[in-house]
Amino acid sequence: MILTGARIIVEVLIEQGCDTVFGYPGGFVLNIYDELYKNRNRINHIITAHEQGAAHAADGYARASGNVGVVMATSGPGVTNLVTGIATAYLDSTPLVAITGNVPLNMLGKDSFQEVDSTGITMPITKHNYIVKDVRDLADIIREAFQIAKSGRPGPVLIDVPKDVQLAECEYTAGKIIEKRKTVEPDATLLELAAKYISEAERPYIYSGGGVVISDTGEEIANLAELIDAPIGFSMMGLSAVPGNNPRNLGMTGMHGRYASTKANSEADLIIAVGVRFSDRATGNKTRYTKNAKIIHIDIDPAEIDKNISAYIGITGDIKLTLKHLISMLVPAKHSEWQKEVKAYLEEERSYYPKENRLTPKTLIERINSFCDDDTVIATDVGQHQMWAAQYCAFNKPRRFLTSGGLGTMGFGMGAAIGGCIAAGKKKAVLLTGDGSFGMNLTEMATAVKNRLPLIVVIFNNGVLGMVRQWQTLFYDRRYSETTLERSTDFVKLAEAFGAEGYRAENIGELDGILEKAFAADTPVIIDCVIDKDENVFPMIPPNGSIENIIVK
Amino acid sequence: MKKDQFILGVIVSNHFGVLTRVSGLFARRGYNIDSLNVGETEDPGLSRMTIIVSGDDYIKDQTVKQLAKLQDVKRVELIPEEKASVREMLLIKVRVTRETRSEVTEAVNIFRAKVIDFNADAVTIEVTGHTSKLDAFVEFARTFGIIEMCRAGALAISRGSTAL
Repeated sequence: MILTGARIIVEVLIEQGCDTVFGYPGGFVLNIYDELYKNRNRINHIITAHEQGAAHAADGYARASGNVGVVMATSGPGVTNLVTGIATAYLDSTPLVAITGNVPLNMLGKDSFQEVDSTGITMPITKHNYIVKDVRDLADIIREAFQIAKSGRPGPVLIDVPKDVQLAECEYTAGKIIEKRKTVEPDATLLELAAKYISEAERPYIYSGGGVVISDTGEEIANLAELIDAPIGFSMMGLSAVPGNNPRNLGMTGMHGRYASTKANSEADLIIAVGVRFSDRATGNKTRYTKNAKIIHIDIDPAEIDKNISAYIGITGDIKLTLKHLISMLVPAKHSEWQKEVKAYLEEERSYYPKENRLTPKTLIERINSFCDDDTVIATDVGQHQMWAAQYCAFNKPRRFLTSGGLGTMGFGMGAAIGGCIAAGKKKAVLLTGDGSFGMNLTEMATAVKNRLPLIVVIFNNGVLGMVRQWQTLFYDRRYSETTLERSTDFVKLAEAFGAEGYRAENIGELDGILEKAFAADTPVIIDCVIDKDENVFPMIPPNGSIENIIVK
Repeated sequence: MKKDQFILGVIVSNHFGVLTRVSGLFARRGYNIDSLNVGETEDPGLSRMTIIVSGDDYIKDQTVKQLAKLQDVKRVELIPEEKASVREMLLIKVRVTRETRSEVTEAVNIFRAKVIDFNADAVTIEVTGHTSKLDAFVEFARTFGIIEMCRAGALAISRGSTAL
């Protein structure tokens, strides 16, 4: 059948299983939007308030569903507004396909209206990108883009389609959902060696990362921990892989990791690191990091092995498959001395928790936990509230914690929560944010209201840029340069102006009643929670430090 | 070649933008390209790059792995210098006088180079060979005065009957 390029885009998106596109129309995607209009009963489109919000929404959608997220934008500013969202997805290995329009082929390279070098700009933040110059290549390029986005270590792919290619016609033949590319088999000799070292270990520790969530391998991680009697610590990206109530789950490790998790990590004699990349925020000083431990590093991306930390044994392969093999080679073990130590770390950790019955970040999150069920999507922005969320959220189910780990994108949360909420069937979703982060993309409240999303935005409102202020407190002699916001934004009125409900909680007594109303509402709600500006995130290992430098309170 | 230099043979798709992807990868990861040569192969769909890079074992390992992740990179391998034929080309314009001309042309013979342009006050010479031979010729030419010169990056191909 002879179709236009614009129609082919819509057909291949549907063919590849995309049911929702996030985006924003504009001059050089008019034809694609015309086809989206004509096919609106076959594919949904969510218009956001800003292209950045659309990119984060597609990212949140992908994180929550495990499917490829799709975002669309026009040329020029449309593309540049996507950049932060694409980079966020790249750093956190989210499968994303971005389709952008561009000026016609004969106008390219002439600084035409709304022209930028879209593939040039996005080259370092995509797994791959394309500019389509012949409509006959279009369908297969989109299929290949989906394949690249979801294969191996997932990531974003951008396809730039000049307007005349959207208008041009060619023969289109329907295809099927494209399969992921095959991954390499883990090396058998290395697996045997790994099994040997694991059986010799006395203080094993499993360090589980985002790759475990992506490959849906949380259950295998929990089984491995049970088998070899090891505690499990997580990178922030890995947090939701194993239920929070699993007694072996010590929570996040690293700069703001929980005490027992970070302590056990540094005291272990063997670390099985799965789907992690040893970010500097997780390791601190690399020369002192886990200096007594043998590290067995398992990842699907060969370039991660020995990149940040030199592994004792590095195994490249699909995580699920590798763990299956590894588990089959191991016999049950008991490490009661080690478990006793870990228990002592946990007790020590509990002694550091603040006890006050007032509106602290910890009590706030624990109250929210009590209202959430296993399916509640929790998104965060970036800063102190994000670390508190990583420390105290319940994490009952994988793909229900959406946070910008690698890029640390303030403003990620609103879009991500919208995408995540839609992916979860418009069930209750919560955005934990700060007054700083929320200020960056709060215009997306309009999108949440328009789509009647039951989204609860909880603002940890301390009137300051808390994380930066914390560093200024600790390392810059309290010179609070530009971190005291002194804004007079009324978030309750703001909620009402957007057509949402708004509440303000200044103490713990007010909070429960408000949460009850918020969780009962079927529209977006903002809860402005007033917290102390000098609440700091602890524990903290100062940058480039190690466990010896940990500040616990 | 210098001690910390290594040679990469890279087979890439033969279409626009590939050179940018490869050079961009080096730039953003902070790896140094000493020379990069790219040209067509027996297969019109593929080009071959020979890249000379300076760096330690960590950079060597990462360069290969990161290059292999690019969609347009089909194959990438380290080519050990001792197991390869390495050739580079130099075009060099040397200042000469009636007195020095014969000395220069004698050197051309010794180096098994070629005079490709001849003027009263200058000769242009083509030298091919291993990088170290070209270095030696440049040093020699310096004493007479180099008007201008250009070098192609090294090409490397493994010895024996196997391919990259």
